[in-house]
Amino acid sequence: MYSVKELDTGTPMRVSTRLVTLEIDGQSVTVPEGTSVMAAASTMGVKVPKLCATDMLEAFGSCRLCLVEIEGRKGYPASCTTLVEPAMKVSTQTSRLARLRRGVMELYISDHPLDCLTCPANGNCELQEMAGVVGLREVRYGYDGANHLDADTDASNPYFSFDPSKCIVCSRCVRACDEIQGTFALTVDGRGFASVIMPGPTGNFLESECVSCGACVQACPTATLMEKSIAEAGQPEHAVITTCAYCGVGCSFRAEMQGTQVVRMVPDKNGQANHGHSCVKGRFAWGYATHPDRITRPMIRTRISDPWREVSWDEALAHTASEFKRIQARYGRGAIGGITSSRCTNEETYLVQKLVRAAFGNNNVDTCARVCHSPTGYGLKQTLGESAGTQDFDSVQDADVVMVIGANPTDGHPVFASQLKRRLREGAKLIVVDPRDIDLARLPHVQADYLLQLRPGSNVAVINALAHTIVSEGLWNEAFVQSRCDLAEFEKWKQFILLPENAPEAMAAVTGVPAHILRGAARLYATGGNAAIYYGLGVTEHSQGSTMVMGIANLAMLTGNIGRRGVGVNPLRGQNNVQGSCDMGSFPHELPGYRHISDVATRSLFESVWNVQLEPEPGLRIPNMLDAALDGSFMGLFVQGEDIAQSDPDTQHVTAALLAMECLVVQDLFLNETAKFAHVFLPGCSFLEKDGTFTNAERRISRVRKVMPPLSGMQEWEVTTALSAALGYPMQYTHPSQIMDEIARLTPTFTGVSYEKLEKLGSIQWPCNDAAPEGTPIMHVEQFVRGKGLFMVTRYIATEERSTRQYPLLLTTGRILSQYNVGAQTRRTANVVWHDEDRLEIHPHDAEQRGINHGDWVGIRSRAGETVMRAVLSERIQPGVVYTTFHHPFSGANVITTDNSDWATNCPEYKVTAVQVSRVTQPSEWQRRFTQFDHQQQDLLAQRERVGTKT
Amino acid sequence: MDVSKLVYMANQIGAFFGSEAETSAAADRVADHIRRFWEPRMRKAILEWVDQCNGEGLQPLVLQALQKHRQKLQPAG
Ligand code: SF4
Ligand code: SF4
Ligand code: SF4
Ligand code: FES
Repeated sequence: MYSVKELDTGTPMRVSTRLVTLEIDGQSVTVPEGTSVMAAASTMGVKVPKLCATDMLEAFGSCRLCLVEIEGRKGYPASCTTLVEPAMKVSTQTSRLARLRRGVMELYISDHPLDCLTCPANGNCELQEMAGVVGLREVRYGYDGANHLDADTDASNPYFSFDPSKCIVCSRCVRACDEIQGTFALTVDGRGFASVIMPGPTGNFLESECVSCGACVQACPTATLMEKSIAEAGQPEHAVITTCAYCGVGCSFRAEMQGTQVVRMVPDKNGQANHGHSCVKGRFAWGYATHPDRITRPMIRTRISDPWREVSWDEALAHTASEFKRIQARYGRGAIGGITSSRCTNEETYLVQKLVRAAFGNNNVDTCARVCHSPTGYGLKQTLGESAGTQDFDSVQDADVVMVIGANPTDGHPVFASQLKRRLREGAKLIVVDPRDIDLARLPHVQADYLLQLRPGSNVAVINALAHTIVSEGLWNEAFVQSRCDLAEFEKWKQFILLPENAPEAMAAVTGVPAHILRGAARLYATGGNAAIYYGLGVTEHSQGSTMVMGIANLAMLTGNIGRRGVGVNPLRGQNNVQGSCDMGSFPHELPGYRHISDVATRSLFESVWNVQLEPEPGLRIPNMLDAALDGSFMGLFVQGEDIAQSDPDTQHVTAALLAMECLVVQDLFLNETAKFAHVFLPGCSFLEKDGTFTNAERRISRVRKVMPPLSGMQEWEVTTALSAALGYPMQYTHPSQIMDEIARLTPTFTGVSYEKLEKLGSIQWPCNDAAPEGTPIMHVEQFVRGKGLFMVTRYIATEERSTRQYPLLLTTGRILSQYNVGAQTRRTANVVWHDEDRLEIHPHDAEQRGINHGDWVGIRSRAGETVMRAVLSERIQPGVVYTTFHHPFSGANVITTDNSDWATNCPEYKVTAVQVSRVTQPSEWQRRFTQFDHQQQDLLAQRERVGTKT
Repeated sequence: MDVSKLVYMANQIGAFFGSEAETSAAADRVADHIRRFWEPRMRKAILEWVDQCNGEGLQPLVLQALQKHRQKLQPAG
């Protein structure tokens, strides 16, 4: 349930321009049409007793506690299901109502254990509160009749328990799972007194369809569904609003606290990205922040075969600075660089790129967005003029057709997926373009209208065939193109797209998608009303990633599906701050705000504020840094909050490059895979330990607030400024808000952003400036940021990574709901119960040919390397394609991926690797070496010389 | 730098801009892309490859781009 301090209006507040005035308890009140009497009363501070109603859910009207009297009406209508009417006169408190309510409560309490004092909900239980509110003093029925008091508690879910003896069958949980989450995992079994809540057929949460989003727990008015953390620690005493640090949805949370200890994370119902919903990661998987594996002291060592030595911050930073200076003196100014993190705040990434440009004196800065959405930045900038998605999440509520390409939102962006699923249940049409038959394509109550199950690597062929169909069948929006787009380029593009080679029939052999399905999808997208495209890494992580992003923008412009609600081009960003890290100038060729480093005016602006001369040449991107390291010209790297040894492709190439460096500095919470190759380890902070901002996939800037002191004693921004000072370039800030002020001063799309305004508005979607002082939910409304929309010719070029006799299968990769990317955080939480190892999904036909059974160990071999994992036989994957996740380092998914990359941005081609799969009995050679190295590094960590124990 | 990789990358860029009907314009765009996104040591290495090995392995369009825009692509110093 809500924590004590939040107001619950009982039913959702409505938005309407039509207002209704009525009288409640003798006072006049005006509310939007469609509001319930209960919610109207709450706006005046009148709390009508209630049990089955809560403002996250539509009214249900089952408990009969909220009865009111209405002048001229017979009986006692329920205020939650009765809508306001003009001139209505309502009484919420009369002696008759009091009697009736007491009677209702008496019935509930007669079947409820009276262990309030030892109940985890004590002090925050709506049943207890209502008993007090209605003045319940006796229960005349006694407790000896039939009851449910002996029902067993289900503690199978790692984060919450289900104690049916306390259940009042209000079905708030069932409705939360249906209406908010859209999983339909719970049912009310039986009727009347016999009714009970059932999670799935076995009655056990862990075995049910439940995805552990926590919505039911939040909705439950009693202790029936209860967070285990609260059962252990007790109720919170204060709460702080902050932002989830996992995915690009950027959910707003109330961190509920006892002093500096988090006892619960509850999604904030005022959160503008999530409206009070969450997924298992943000809601429950925060225990990593205080995990014993956290390293909280800086450490250094000369060689990676030496044990670590804990040192003071001063010594660690002085050592780093002297090493970096030594390397620059020996190998040149360009021999060092830095990697900013999309897990860190805007302020932190801004400072790291500033450190590189101003203190290192080069532009060798890059970010993990290189390996995920760099093609989005490039492709959207070319076509539309801005490197960002065009809509807010809420825009989907006005979409009539949704096309999801290369994204798996129910796993990757679960809270947005819930919003999307709601819209689909309301009747919006769905087109899914994915090599796998993803969950979204088969929802309870919803089926995709078109599933384009394409061959990995054929995205561009599909997008061209869709555009070809729309143009050749005359379904395009001529008026939009005429007024909004560059016509000369459009004509060129039109000639190209009409080439017979782009027809669905011609492309079918490449894509594997039957032409009639593709044509059907194209017609629906072009003529079905507001059509919105949502896409993920299945679009970008290809050798034609940038081409595909441009193809998507072409399609949206062609059909006029851009510049208003319900439409648009929406990249679903991976990490919490991947949008922000790109905005903040983390790419080696761009200063903050996506302005090229060679642009003299922009550079001078930064030079005057930073008081330093900047290098006008673009710097090295991550893969180029690795190549240069092997080449002997790049010898020092500062990596903040990223794990390239696990996340980047072709692991053996990455680790060889790391081994070649003379000073590798890693800042992280844990000794991650990259840190095992490091010479300096700087402890980082979890999102709970710092102040700053994150920017989510809809360009929404939200505050991150410190709820506990940094375990290492220093926030990252303080560490960066100290390192900069040690290098001879001091930066003067006393709070991250000052860093944001500097960003605002230097970045035209951020000029209106400040912590003060964030405090006032809750969050801001950039651009935020004089033209849009409160931010911009939807972009390109009147005209494109670049002026005229630019159609780009997007010829399909097959990747060189194709199946051969030696490597006949295509491997593609993805993520799972419960784990997050390299898993450094989620593997250190109870989320492992859902996914304790990565497995290879293989079609039964391919498995049979190879004599592979479900659960067998299989070797997966590509031209880059070999690894071993267990096989899962699955028809969700098409024959000829295999699939895996990459959350566990031992699985070595990236040992197999190759160094192929996007032509424009070097974003790796994770999504297509030609492989062979065979049954094996032991781990791969790489895995054996990995295990040995891992043990060695864990030993060296365990043997570390502690500060204060030195002789 | 691993020149074979640079050659591969340059050819990929050439393949994208190769759809331009007019070769000279395509060559300009290839060169412009390399100028905007390649760090000086990468540009230097590929230009050396053009000089020393006649740009072996490079697609004609890419070779033309590198030759035509040599001056613009040559890192200072
Ligand atoms: S936790 Fe979420 S998915 Fe599971 S039963 Fe509750 S609402 Fe449904
Ligand atoms: S579990 Fe909680 S929310 Fe669900 S019916 Fe029982 S009391 Fe209501
Ligand atoms: S959807 Fe993303 S931002 Fe929201 S709670 Fe889950 S991981 Fe966090
Ligand atoms: S709150 Fe209205 S009937 Fe339960």
